Amino acid sequence: MMQRIWPAAAVLISFGCAAAAGPAPDDVAWDGSAVDASLTGTPGDPENGAAVMSSRADGNCVACHVVSSLSADFQGNVGPSLDGVGDRWSEAELRGIVIDAKHTFDGTVMPSFYKTGPYIRPGDAFTGKAADGPLPPLLNASQVEDVVAYLVTLKE
Amino acid sequence: MKRRMGLVAIAALLAGSAFADPVEGVDLVINGDETLVIRAPAPPAVSDIFDEVYSGWLYRDEATRAMEEDDFDNPGMVFVDQALDTWAAEDGSEGKSCASCHQGIESMAGVRAGMPKMNAAGDDLWSLENFINNCRTNRMGAEAWGWNSPEMLNMTAAISLQSRGLPVAVETDGPAHDWWEKGKEIYYTRYGQLELSCANCHEQNNGRYIRSDHLSQGQLSGFPVYRLKNAGLVSIHNRFKGCIRDTRAETYKEGSPEFRALELYVASRGAGLDVEGVGVRH
Repeated sequence: MMQRIWPAAAVLISFGCAAAAGPAPDDVAWDGSAVDASLTGTPGDPENGAAVMSSRADGNCVACHVVSSLSADFQGNVGPSLDGVGDRWSEAELRGIVIDAKHTFDGTVMPSFYKTGPYIRPGDAFTGKAADGPLPPLLNASQVEDVVAYLVTLKE
Repeated sequence: MKRRMGLVAIAALLAGSAFADPVEGVDLVINGDETLVIRAPAPPAVSDIFDEVYSGWLYRDEATRAMEEDDFDNPGMVFVDQALDTWAAEDGSEGKSCASCHQGIESMAGVRAGMPKMNAAGDDLWSLENFINNCRTNRMGAEAWGWNSPEMLNMTAAISLQSRGLPVAVETDGPAHDWWEKGKEIYYTRYGQLELSCANCHEQNNGRYIRSDHLSQGQLSGFPVYRLKNAGLVSIHNRFKGCIRDTRAETYKEGSPEFRALELYVASRGAGLDVEGVGVRH
């Protein structure tokens, strides 16, 4: 009986993941430096996007960017202000920048948020120890879409 | 049109032109009478990148800067005092103290300014910690100190203080040159899941902020420093480790060949800045 249940559960789990994750990082369909299609097939949630951008544990976009509409403290200035990015870039361009900004800005210091490598000496988060196997992307597909959904609302 | 201008502005920001805003119009004067060189013409290692090099002291807030200006307020000095006791204390099977061979610790003047350097055998690049442990194990018959042990941190602080006011001047030619090249390669390698190199922050973006962290040029002249965040002394290699950890990378170990090479290269980027003895940082 147990043997029957386990394979069934495994199938359910793998289908479940595939539906939620959208294209794997290596399978993202690039159009130049833009990505037209939502990674989840559904619109993102801008409210959660704002939370992901503010949280040190998630995107922490405010580490390097000023976003005046977010209340996060100590917003950094290594990157440009994101105020008005919704005017300057299309949704597909913003998606491309969040997924992997190196397609848009060659050599940028901005980390690639939906990528799984290759990395040089990849670590286990912020422990300083070696990664235990392949790393998941910094943000999952839903989080990327949520961030994009928030960025398109940033109009001057 | 508007979008074009945005693109140009962003491209300019990302181009990595050196942009520095260390505090201006202040000097580091210790105890009201000893002025340290904290701005220096860019040495050869960075003459094509910077006009000037700056001590990390210039990137800290006023309260932190003030702590370093008076040895009574500098929390690192208590550890120097502890090291002076250790300097005179016999340890190990040979019945020797540091003072047995070196007399007063003033004899260490200039040592820190030239670190790291090739060992006497000429076959390895040693940090100050390696030289100290060589004395302990080979001359004193004592046990080596751990790189981050209180004894080692205290002693490196006390020895550094003897070079206070002397310019950083490391040997990068001859047998040290391969080490220097290796260190340079490490400096520009984008480590970890965040793919960040030393240069991404400390060369391209010094003067800017990552959240509340004010990025400096990453100079070593204040090390070992009293770091408020750690409430204790921090070695050069420990700070390297923290930076690489923060790129979500697997770090190198304190004392590793990689960090000794990096120490030489980074020191050469700050040649001409005065050794501060014990700096105070956030």
